This record gives sequence, C-alpha cells and structure tokens, in this order.
Amino acid sequence: MSTYSARMPQPATKGRNLGAVSVLSILTCLLVAAILYSVTIGRYDLSVRDVAYILIDNVHPLVVPYWDPVHEVVVEQVRLPRIMAAVIIGFGLSVSGAALQGLFRNPLVDPGVIGVTSGAGFGGTLAILMGLQGYILLAMAFLFGIGSVLLVKLLSTVRGRTSMLTLVLAGVVISAFFSAAISIAKLLADPFQKLPAITYWLMGSIASSNYLDVLLLVAAVGPSAAAIYLLRFQINILSLGEEKARALGTKVVLVQWIILVASALISAGVVATSGIIGWVGLVIPHVGRALVGASHQRLLPVSGVLGAIYLLLVDDLARTVTTAEIPLGIITALIGVPVFAVILRRLHARGGWSSD
Amino acid sequence: MIEASNLTVERGGRTILQDYSITLDRGRTLAVLGANGVGKTTLISTLIGVLKPRSGRLRIGGQVGFVPQLFEAPFSYSALDIALMGRARHLGLFGAPGRRDYEITRHYLGLLGIHHLEPQAFNSLSGGQRQLVMIAQALASECELLVLDEPCAALDYKNQDKVLGLLEHLRQAHGMTIVFSTHMPQHAVEIASDVLLMTSGSSYICGPAANALSAENLTVLYDLPIARADFAGVGKHTYAPLFRHDGAHHDAG
Repeated sequence: MSTYSARMPQPATKGRNLGAVSVLSILTCLLVAAILYSVTIGRYDLSVRDVAYILIDNVHPLVVPYWDPVHEVVVEQVRLPRIMAAVIIGFGLSVSGAALQGLFRNPLVDPGVIGVTSGAGFGGTLAILMGLQGYILLAMAFLFGIGSVLLVKLLSTVRGRTSMLTLVLAGVVISAFFSAAISIAKLLADPFQKLPAITYWLMGSIASSNYLDVLLLVAAVGPSAAAIYLLRFQINILSLGEEKARALGTKVVLVQWIILVASALISAGVVATSGIIGWVGLVIPHVGRALVGASHQRLLPVSGVLGAIYLLLVDDLARTVTTAEIPLGIITALIGVPVFAVILRRLHARGGWSSD
Repeated sequence: MIEASNLTVERGGRTILQDYSITLDRGRTLAVLGANGVGKTTLISTLIGVLKPRSGRLRIGGQVGFVPQLFEAPFSYSALDIALMGRARHLGLFGAPGRRDYEITRHYLGLLGIHHLEPQAFNSLSGGQRQLVMIAQALASECELLVLDEPCAALDYKNQDKVLGLLEHLRQAHGMTIVFSTHMPQHAVEIASDVLLMTSGSSYICGPAANALSAENLTVLYDLPIARADFAGVGKHTYAPLFRHDGAHHDAG
C-alpha cells in the first residue's frame, strides 16, 4: 500500500488553512494596534507620535526633545514594562491552557489545574510573610510552583504510569493544601502591613512591573511556549486518548512530561511576577477554537495572540477605569466567569465532552 | 504476519489471557469472536502494542494500524484533522504534517470515497462515516496489518456491508492483513479466512474459517444453541442463535 495517486485539488481545506493564516495575521495586527494604543493612554495623555519620538530618541535622536522628561519616564519605565508583562502573560497562559486542555482531553481545564498556581501563590505569600521581597519573592514563588507540580506528578504516578484523571484530582488535592497553607500564612501575618501586601499580591496585578519582571517572564514563557508549539501535532494525537496515541506510535509519557513542565514554568513565572491571574488560560482557547478549529497547529499561535490582546486590554481597563488600580485578577474573573458559564452551557447542550 | 506463542497477558494485576498461540499469514483476515469480557479487547491491545504480554512471544511482521470502537473526538476536529493523525509515526516528536502527509491522507480518504467529508466536523458525522475516517487514519499510517475493534458495532446493515466490503477490498487489492473482532458470526462468514473463537481466557479455537467456524463451536462459544442457515439459491449461509430466555433470573432471591 505504498503507492498513491497524484494529488487531488482540495479547495475546501486550502481555504481553511488560508483562513487560519489570515486570522493569525489579523490578530497580530490587532495586537500591535493594542500595544500602540496602550502606551498612549493613562494619567498623562500622549499621542502615538510623542511615544514614537520618545522611543526613537534612545537609539537616534530625530528631533530636539520637546517633551517633559516625566513623559519619558512614564513611557519607558512605567508603561512599556507593564505592557510587555501583560502581553507575555496573556500569551503564555493561553498557550499553556490550550495545550493542557488538549492533553487532558477536557475543555474545562486551565493552567491552575496542575497545582502550580496555588503552590507558587504560597511561595510568594511565605516570602512576604518573612519580609522578603524582590528577587527572593520571585525565586520562592517560582520554586514552590515547580515543586507543587512535581508533587502532583508524584502523587498521581502509580507503578510508573500516570492517569490523567488522577493527575487532575491530585492537582485539586495539592491546590487545596496550598490554599489552606496560604490561609494560615494570612492568619499569622501582621494585619497592618503584611496582610494587605499578601492579599493584594494574590489578587494579581502588573501595576508595578519592571524590566526584571519582564526578563523573568520572557525566560519562563519563551522557551516553554516554544516547546509547546513544537509539540503541536503530538497534542492533537494525545487528545484522542492515551491508548489511541500509543497505537499511533507517539511517545506518550515524554510528551506529557514536556507539556506539564512547560506549563508549570509558565504559570510559576506568571504568579511569581504578577500574582494569581485566573480564567485567561481557560477561556481564551475556546475563542481560539471558534476562530480556527481544534487542531493545535492553528490553535496554539492563535490562542497565544488572542490571550495577549485580551490581557493587554484588561490591564488598560485596570489602570484607567478608576483613579485607583483594580487588581487584574479581579477583572479577568469578572469577565471570565460569565464567558465560562456560557461555554459550559453550550458544551452541555452539545451533549457534553468525552472523557475517560 | 502475526506469530504469537504462549502469550500470557495481564490487565490491572489480573491474568486475562493465558497461553494463547496464534499465527496469521500475510494477506489473510482473522475474525475474533467471543462473549463479552472474555478478553477480545485485551488481545487487540496486545496486538497493537498498547499492552505488553507478561510472558510468551509476539512477533508482528509489519506496521500496525488500529481502528478503535465507535470513536468520538474530544474537540471539534475536522475529518481531515483526524485522518491526518495517522501520519504521527512518520513525523518526529516536533514534526507537523507537511505537503506529502496531506497528499497521502487525502489519497486514502479518496480511496474510501469520503473525500467530501474532509472539512466537516468529525463528531457531526454518522457512525458509518466516522468508522471510514478512522480506517482512513489507520491507512494513512501506511500500515500492513489493520486491527479493528468491532468495526461494525452500532452500524446498520447497509453500513456493515460497506465496511465489510471495504475490508475485503483492502485485503484483495492491497494485500492488507486484517484482524477484527465482532459479535456477529455472519461477519466472519462473509470475509474471514481465519477465525479465533475465544471460549475463555485460557481456551480457544483458532484455525481456517472453513473448519473452525461451525455451529457446534459457536454453540460452545456463546453457551446458546446456534444453528446454520443456508440462503436458498445464492450459495451463502449464516449462523443464527436460538434464544432460550433463561439467561437471567429476574425475581430470584
């Protein structure tokens, strides 16, 4: 059965592929537009032209600086790192959410399900409780996040095999444990200084992002998202179920490990720099699927860019709607929950989803 | 193509198959029959390499393609997406299907006459169409041995005929070796050259359909009288059960 006849014209799917490419390029243009818009809005009203001159001035002065030096600081030290953080976080959480939903064959899974979010949350809480900040807070949140995923994996592996259902349950167990631990830490915290700091940090915010945060995010999200993208076709196959994937000749355990570790890195990086930002990784992949279909070759990049746009706009809301900052996590939950409810009802109406 | 000697297979710590020895030559069709729970699925999982036998020797002389029982996808994949996944073996860990993979997959979709289903959502297809897409997926993996778990379950007669006809065509025209499980002896009568009658985890009858597929053997297999019925004038026959209505004691105890 090795011979096959000449290729046949196939307009239907060609159109679909083209569709996916153009969806991605349209979204990328929208992302660029959203970034430009976001640099200009805020307490100081600047035009795109002002921003462009301010930025180009660093490389090669085109015009004599006509702007207030404060504007330069606002653009370069306040708004840019914050925008970069929003874009990277939205991108990373969405890519990881799409990959995990495929891996677990369940459209209602998000990066928090593997226990990393609450683990990292506890690490950060512990750091604040002990009066540690900066690098050490980042490192502790990161290490606790990775540690909790290893714990989940350990808990769900019996005789060398991991069942995906057990893994989700182990994730719930570990999350519950760290949530309790966070509560204890809050109870012990000094109610005037540390408790508010912990509470605010946990709500998720990128208000005080600096270039160090951006660097850590790039280091955590960049390689992880790349690894997930490289496995795009393997995720398709794993989503058919472990047995089918094995029969098709896939290295099931290896792919599962890479995706789990990559997702853990992304979530740990996000929590370490910005606290807990929920619902993005759960909701965005559904929008992506509605746009380009379920195949992860198309879904992963589209979800990433969609997530970046989404979180950037949410952060714009967070910093402009009221004079005080609204923590990002609150807005993503306020938007995410109703969208999630609609998705849930649609899945239910369709007869649910298949699982093992 | 298949050489299994003294296979013993466990599942969840329980021995399901004991001392199974099966041989099947290239280009033949083996039908696997047996009561529910006797281990048909375990045998199939072993043949496709998902389960490792605890002892015994299993040699398979070629690439294996697997078609599971009536399949539902977890997401809204198109029929082409599903069929393309058959190419997994030929792509590396980080690979994605390229032009050649699309060509091969489309060739087999065309061969099965389901070209037009390509862009449609897999889950919206009828059972028969889905079965054909899954067969296209297996073929796209360029397998030489095709293993199907109850390929005709949940299909109406017309679609059963279609699938059986297709399997027979694949064997004749493409030299494919085929193993399939079924609950209907008729399917074995129609296309199987060999049959495996699994009476229990440790006893079985395996041999050419002409000898092994008989009313007596089927009666033992299903623990129910089975009679042979000949269709007048067409030289074909089938096997039918005589239901006794005494299998369950509803009000006992």
